[in-house]
Amino acid sequence: MTAYLLKRLIIAASTLVLASMVVFAVMEILPGDPARLMLGFNAGADQVEQLRNQMGLNAPLVPRYLHWAGGLLSLDFGRSYTYSVPVIDLVRERVVVSLPLALIALALSTIIAVPVGVFSASRQGRAGDALAMGAAQLGVAVPNFWFALMLIYLFAVWLRLVPAGGFPGWGAGIWPAVKSLLLPAVALALPQAAILARVARSALIEVLNEDYIRTARAKGLPYRAVLWRHALRNAMIPVLTILGLQFAFLLAGTIIIENVFYLPGLGRLVFQAINQRDLIVVESVVMLLVAAVIIVNLLVDFSYAVVDPRLRGRQ
Amino acid sequence: MSLLEIENLSLAIGGTPILQEVELAIAPGEVVGLVGESGSGKSMTALTIMRLLPHLARADGRVTFDGIDLLAASEDQMCTLRGDDIGMVFQEPMTALNPVKTIGEQVAEGIRWHTKAGRAEAEERARKMLDRVGLPGTKFPLSRYPHELSGGQRQRVVIAIACALKPKLLIADEPTTALDVVLQAQILDLLRDLVSENRMGLLLISHDLAVVTEMSDRLTILRRGEVMEAGDTARTLSAQHHPYTRELALASMHVPARPKTHQAGSAKPLLEVEGVSRAYPGRRMSLFRPAQPVRAVDNVSLTIEPAQSVALVGRSGCGKSTLARMILALDKPTAGAIRFRGEVITGKAEAALKPARRDMQVVFQDPYGSFDPRQKVEKLVAEPLHLLEKQPTRAERREMVAHALDEVGLGARDMDKYPHEFSGGQRQRLSIARAIITRPKLVVADEPVSALDVSIRAQILDLFAELNQKLGIAYLFITHDLTVARAMSDEVLVMHEGKIVERGRTADILDNPRSEAAQALVAAAPDLHRAIARRMQEQG
Repeated sequence: MTAYLLKRLIIAASTLVLASMVVFAVMEILPGDPARLMLGFNAGADQVEQLRNQMGLNAPLVPRYLHWAGGLLSLDFGRSYTYSVPVIDLVRERVVVSLPLALIALALSTIIAVPVGVFSASRQGRAGDALAMGAAQLGVAVPNFWFALMLIYLFAVWLRLVPAGGFPGWGAGIWPAVKSLLLPAVALALPQAAILARVARSALIEVLNEDYIRTARAKGLPYRAVLWRHALRNAMIPVLTILGLQFAFLLAGTIIIENVFYLPGLGRLVFQAINQRDLIVVESVVMLLVAAVIIVNLLVDFSYAVVDPRLRGRQ
Repeated sequence: MSLLEIENLSLAIGGTPILQEVELAIAPGEVVGLVGESGSGKSMTALTIMRLLPHLARADGRVTFDGIDLLAASEDQMCTLRGDDIGMVFQEPMTALNPVKTIGEQVAEGIRWHTKAGRAEAEERARKMLDRVGLPGTKFPLSRYPHELSGGQRQRVVIAIACALKPKLLIADEPTTALDVVLQAQILDLLRDLVSENRMGLLLISHDLAVVTEMSDRLTILRRGEVMEAGDTARTLSAQHHPYTRELALASMHVPARPKTHQAGSAKPLLEVEGVSRAYPGRRMSLFRPAQPVRAVDNVSLTIEPAQSVALVGRSGCGKSTLARMILALDKPTAGAIRFRGEVITGKAEAALKPARRDMQVVFQDPYGSFDPRQKVEKLVAEPLHLLEKQPTRAERREMVAHALDEVGLGARDMDKYPHEFSGGQRQRLSIARAIITRPKLVVADEPVSALDVSIRAQILDLFAELNQKLGIAYLFITHDLTVARAMSDEVLVMHEGKIVERGRTADILDNPRSEAAQALVAAAPDLHRAIARRMQEQG
């Protein structure tokens, strides 16, 4: 068990290091001089040169990478080129919006997908299955911003249950804050749930054809009990894998959804930063997102070991 | 009164008839064998009793168990019967257990479900049952997972699940087919004991006439969904009134004719294996102790002469297949050397191996798994031709494939078919055709007939014998089945835990085994002659 976890941990850590190199390299290659950008186009060449020296941009590549990477470890991301404030302050304000949003969306998609998958698999080929999978097909095909607009129209404009956009901040109380995250979370979760439900269905159907399902039936367990007690846990591995992969898409999806719902999250921060060529902010947010995806996939790897004793090795 | 009575049972799946007017009865404490080849409807009969048939199945007739009309019973009624009054054991122990649940959970689950016993009580009963089937608590705690057990141990767990509540009827569907003969004998003993302890009725389903004869009081012979013959085991098999019964019995004992027997020491060896070992890195038990390597093959030496047929026998996991892979240069030995026609083949580059590969071909056990389903027979059989020095033209290639197909009893017209259009036996002929197309000197056959029905098996053995006589091909037969070794080989090598423990002329070894491993194999091997003789004595 520990060997498996240790191995996964080492892989995750090295992926993170590799990703930081790639992000740093891409930012190096991109055109545009941050010093020139900060000073404006009227500034003289020597002024720019002076700022470049001050910002350490003239130092050789490797020490510059090490400096930047070391900063990341101590949560020192540098200063924003446009706002001239530490990037960490910008990120801190935004993370409290984006992280809960992503987690609510992830939870929602699982809560929707697994029962739908079980329902469909147990009625394979019948009307209920066809209906559920038709809905899932629609969910996969329709883009999430369209869902978002429909949800706003239905729940905010028409039923007036939740705000159409904006975020009151956590200071306004937990419920108002969560309420304003609900619609965006649903919009993010639905397409994910649609994919996940299809995966859960096919994984379950495969497991239901296994010999040990017949053994369980021969014990006298009714079909439903066999489905929940024996089949579901065995079908969890592909579901968890997809869940981990989806998390990355979920984060990418927040960029669009946060713009639709006017939420002050990381997605909008990075969107603005790209527009303003505030590369250091882009770099930092991208690294954060990469770290989040790697951590979630590490958790997925750990959960494999919880689900499947064969991965734990001999006791 | 009968415990189970099947009357006039017909079954169709989606309009295709599977069973027709099947009759069968089992009394308490009685063992009834249900024999037949694949597709004869044995398993479907069992699943009809369990009412676990596929969706589109339609059963007509009467199946009465303990006074209950099973075909008319509700699903709820069936759930109370299954696992409580009727238990079932399946063929494939490797997949019959849920891999994510402990063996304790899986045995206790049925007990809890049917008796409403608490967790602790159910676990205590599960413990007792596992002890009974030969898995003592000291070595097999309830917290073991299936992947930590071997095939034979898993089958014991499946039997514990099926017998945990002392069912009145146990259905065992090919319970030992996936196990080696020694394990088979142990599992059959266990079933026999459980029957006599609890006066349980046992329906034993098998394709192996010898196993059924050893076990059952009465037998029913099924063919294409119809009962051919039924009656007392001894009488049925000694009289052999029905032609199909005779056919089955003859096929089970079939020994192919091989007039030219090989004279040892008459020629320069074709294959020489010298002190070959293969070690695998062992599992690390702790962070600080280095892992002990596992020796799958341990210092093995053997020779095969041209046209000689050698059988390598041993229990599953003894290292037979690993040794075969090294001879075929599919795996590298960790020590020792293998010479083919005097040339060392170990450690050679792939290009340098070409001549050896051409003269050394292989036939695998599973005729279903060893063909790409999307390629035509012509391409599949012609596969080894890329090993030839001079590449044949398209017309020559077709000619060679047609010739090879003809030699294995198929025809040139089969060239444009796909593998799924052939039966299991025909597919094994295809793999033999593929093996002989390059005119090899040696064919390694890894359990080549153990997935086949007895009548097909007799035909394939004949084919192997014929090719040996006609083309002078030498064989290395790898098998756990001693009847195959006896029928096909001049010499037998007995392998045990990676070592060759005994070798000699086939008849000498099989009639007079000296090593413990060989004695265990011979004692456990089911033998139809012996079984019938014993039945005759018992049943008069």
